[in-house]
Amino acid sequence: MTAALIGLPLFGAATLLLGGRRTNAWGHFFAVAMSASSFFVGIFLFIQMLGRSGEERAVGQYLFDWISVGRFHVPFGLHIDQLSMVFVLLITGVGTLIHVYSIGYMEHDPNRRRFFAYLNLFVAAMLLLVLADNYLLLYVGWEGVGLASYLLISFYQHKPSAAAAGKKAFIVNRVGDVGLSIAVMLMFVTFGTVTFEGVAAGAPQAAPSHVTWIGLALLLAACGKSAQFPLQSWLLDAMEGPTPVSALIHAATMVTAGVYLITRAHAIFDLSSTARTAVVTIGAITLLLGAFIGTAKDDIKKGLAGSTMSQIGYMILAAGLGPAGYVFAIFHLLTHGLFKAGLFLGAGSVMHGMNDDVNMRHYGALRTAMKITYATFGLGYLAIIGVPPFSGFWSKDEIIHAAFGQNIYIGLATLLGAGVTAFYMTRMMAMTFFGEARWEKGIHPHESPATMTAPMLILALGSAFGGLLLVFVGDIEGWLEPIVGIGHSDHAVSNTILIPVTLLVVLVGAGYGWMTYGRRPVPVVAPENVSLLTRAARADAYGDALNEAVFMRPGQYLTRALVWFDSKAIDGTIGGLSAAIGGLSARGRKLQNGYARSYALTMLGGAVLIAFVLLLVRL
Amino acid sequence: MNPNNYLVLAAILFTIGALGVLVRRNAIIVFMSVEMMLNAANLAFVAAARSTGTLDGQVAAFFVMVVAAAEVVVGLAIIVTIFRTRRSASIDEASLLKY
Amino acid sequence: MNGESVIFWVTAFFAIVGAVGMIASRKAVHSALWVAFAMVNLAILYFSLEAPFLGTTQIVVYTGAVMMLFLFVLMIVGVDSSDSLLETIKGQRLLAILFAFSFGGMLVAGITSNGPAKVVGLTAANTESGGNMQGLSQLIFGKYLLAFEATSALLITAALGAMVLAHRERWTPRKTQDQLQRERTLSGHPTPLPTPGVLARHNSVDTPALLPDGTASEISLPAPFRGTSEVESGPTEVTK
Repeated sequence: MTAALIGLPLFGAATLLLGGRRTNAWGHFFAVAMSASSFFVGIFLFIQMLGRSGEERAVGQYLFDWISVGRFHVPFGLHIDQLSMVFVLLITGVGTLIHVYSIGYMEHDPNRRRFFAYLNLFVAAMLLLVLADNYLLLYVGWEGVGLASYLLISFYQHKPSAAAAGKKAFIVNRVGDVGLSIAVMLMFVTFGTVTFEGVAAGAPQAAPSHVTWIGLALLLAACGKSAQFPLQSWLLDAMEGPTPVSALIHAATMVTAGVYLITRAHAIFDLSSTARTAVVTIGAITLLLGAFIGTAKDDIKKGLAGSTMSQIGYMILAAGLGPAGYVFAIFHLLTHGLFKAGLFLGAGSVMHGMNDDVNMRHYGALRTAMKITYATFGLGYLAIIGVPPFSGFWSKDEIIHAAFGQNIYIGLATLLGAGVTAFYMTRMMAMTFFGEARWEKGIHPHESPATMTAPMLILALGSAFGGLLLVFVGDIEGWLEPIVGIGHSDHAVSNTILIPVTLLVVLVGAGYGWMTYGRRPVPVVAPENVSLLTRAARADAYGDALNEAVFMRPGQYLTRALVWFDSKAIDGTIGGLSAAIGGLSARGRKLQNGYARSYALTMLGGAVLIAFVLLLVRL
Repeated sequence: MNPNNYLVLAAILFTIGALGVLVRRNAIIVFMSVEMMLNAANLAFVAAARSTGTLDGQVAAFFVMVVAAAEVVVGLAIIVTIFRTRRSASIDEASLLKY
Repeated sequence: MNGESVIFWVTAFFAIVGAVGMIASRKAVHSALWVAFAMVNLAILYFSLEAPFLGTTQIVVYTGAVMMLFLFVLMIVGVDSSDSLLETIKGQRLLAILFAFSFGGMLVAGITSNGPAKVVGLTAANTESGGNMQGLSQLIFGKYLLAFEATSALLITAALGAMVLAHRERWTPRKTQDQLQRERTLSGHPTPLPTPGVLARHNSVDTPALLPDGTASEISLPAPFRGTSEVESGPTEVTK
């Protein structure tokens, strides 16, 4: 049954890719059907799981021996427990909604079939990632989603920028993947096994330094996949892909794989405070950096991408807090998956109406033209800035609370992040839906078709009530507790004080955003004369420039120097030597003139020399 | 009579022979020069035999003559063969084996 | 100045003259004769050095056999050809003379620096076994038997080698008698060619025969001499 979860979308992808143009007519419906049936299988398994008590909920499905070499045994086994189940439902649920949305969004695209094949491939790979029962199989899914991400970012191959963005994502992800492969190898060396169970069992006995290194390597992997500092640069460019892709892969699911990885490897992180500190630091930096970038972007998708970075930063930070934070990391991951997917779909809907224009300075006053989009986007907005009782409030507040429990500075960073989030989301709302219309000529905004609005509405409902449901009906803490445990650190600041403070910060941020962008007219062309900070944010906080200066340029100089060294020094030495020998021989061979008399003369010369030496010796 | 005189004569004849090998182009004359050098060596042998009072030097000279005879036979056959193909007995013309 | 000294100085002078003449002659035949001359002088020196067997052998083998072989080959190659003494290899002659003089000079210096050596003389060695030849043969067939046998192998090999080298490969099939006859009949002169006029008019083979009508017949001459004859045809008017 578990295998069917992966098998269905994989079958869909294979059918669409191998079937060719014959599947053009019905391919997208087939893909939706595969994704939806996978979702229903997930629901079925979920109900089955509910029927069992806490400890028996995790079930494994052994398929076959994958690798068996010497001491190295890797089974191809699937493992579904409460954590995986949460992901399965998120992936298949949101995935199916986005499949449906794509029917409308990609209606006129000639490569629609290929797009749906890739989407199905992504769903299959992502399910394999979360269902694997060992790190090596997880790595397969990890690479599979990387591939799907690459294929979908550069889906508009005819655009050089999209192709470049795909390559960039691919390369930056490889850096992270190196971390994961190192981690897997270290695990095998340290524990002799790579299964989750074996690693968790062996971790307490292993050398602390090994555990720390494994943790740091896993963190590197998470940084790559989840666009965390310093590997964050690819996510903003990844917005070159179609908007449903941005919603599914680069907001709701794939980029959260890093959070899943850290949570899954909690046995490692629980034992190494160094690794946990690194995780928290990375999370804090990224959450502020992403929010900071989000404040200055005029491109609606890039603004949301910065926001995604920031929100994943929250999750990573929460995961780094240890048992006190794992649950809230996953909780925030779920709510974020709902409201961010909704926001992206809303952005896609706006773009759809605005003739694929992404510049928010050309929007304005769309609340009347796109009522449904306005409403759903608005709900998502309320959710992300954390207004109670919308879903973001429940999860983010818990993270802030836990962060204060850990360390006052970390807590302040999360609090500041919440304020900035409110600011840039308000800015986005104001520039898109309020103010006067700054539409370009010939643009007639219109509401999107029902295939698009329906998923948006569902996700908006999720944004609105997901948090409530998960806390009060789903009991997310109790659900995940058997897997990751719950640790209640002594909270320095109690929730009764923290919630009003947080809300106040959010209100200040939102108010400032409204004052700046809602009350005053927004210039159609982005002002040039802006502060250094704005410039930095527009340039993605110089992430690319940093990469270029730190890695690319020195690399280029190094290769140039090596080429120079190779061509001048090595080739010069070798070539010079051969030229010298050649020149010497060219002259020396003249001695071989073919005249026997000449040779005889040489002989006589030698005889003279010998006679001379003999004479010298004797005299 | 100083026996060194014979050796000096042998040295002079040897040197003249060597010079002949070096300066003459006609293969036959070169050959004669080689014979002259061998004869110079023979003279030295014979003179030395008398100085030491043994006959071994004369035996050595005898063997040199035998070897010289054999060498002349083969060498002249080679010259004839070369002449037959090249219509010339100049050793400078047989100079294709070069750079 | 005893007899030995006189013989030495005279023959030494002639030997050197012969050697210099060898390398200085333009014609190979002259060179060969100078060599023979020098070798005869060396043979005389051998005699005076109490080596009568070697002196005889020198005359028989060198001036008799080897030099005659040289002359035979010279005849094949061309008796009349005279070499140009112009040097064609740059610097060869200068360096050759320089090296030769320094080499000879050093040899002479090395020899004379010893001072006069004591001469034992061969009288005792020669009389010991009854004479020079007897003494030599005792050594050759006794002490140096192995070397002597090796020289026999060398001589056989040299003879075979000379034969192999001088052997001319037949490239075309041998003509049959039939072919020869046919060629002869078609050549326009089926009868034997006239014999040269040797003995009839002159004692040289380059004299053409006179035909009955008094004309000199070119075809009577051996091929190398055709066209070289300066013999006039006889009177063409025949008295009746």
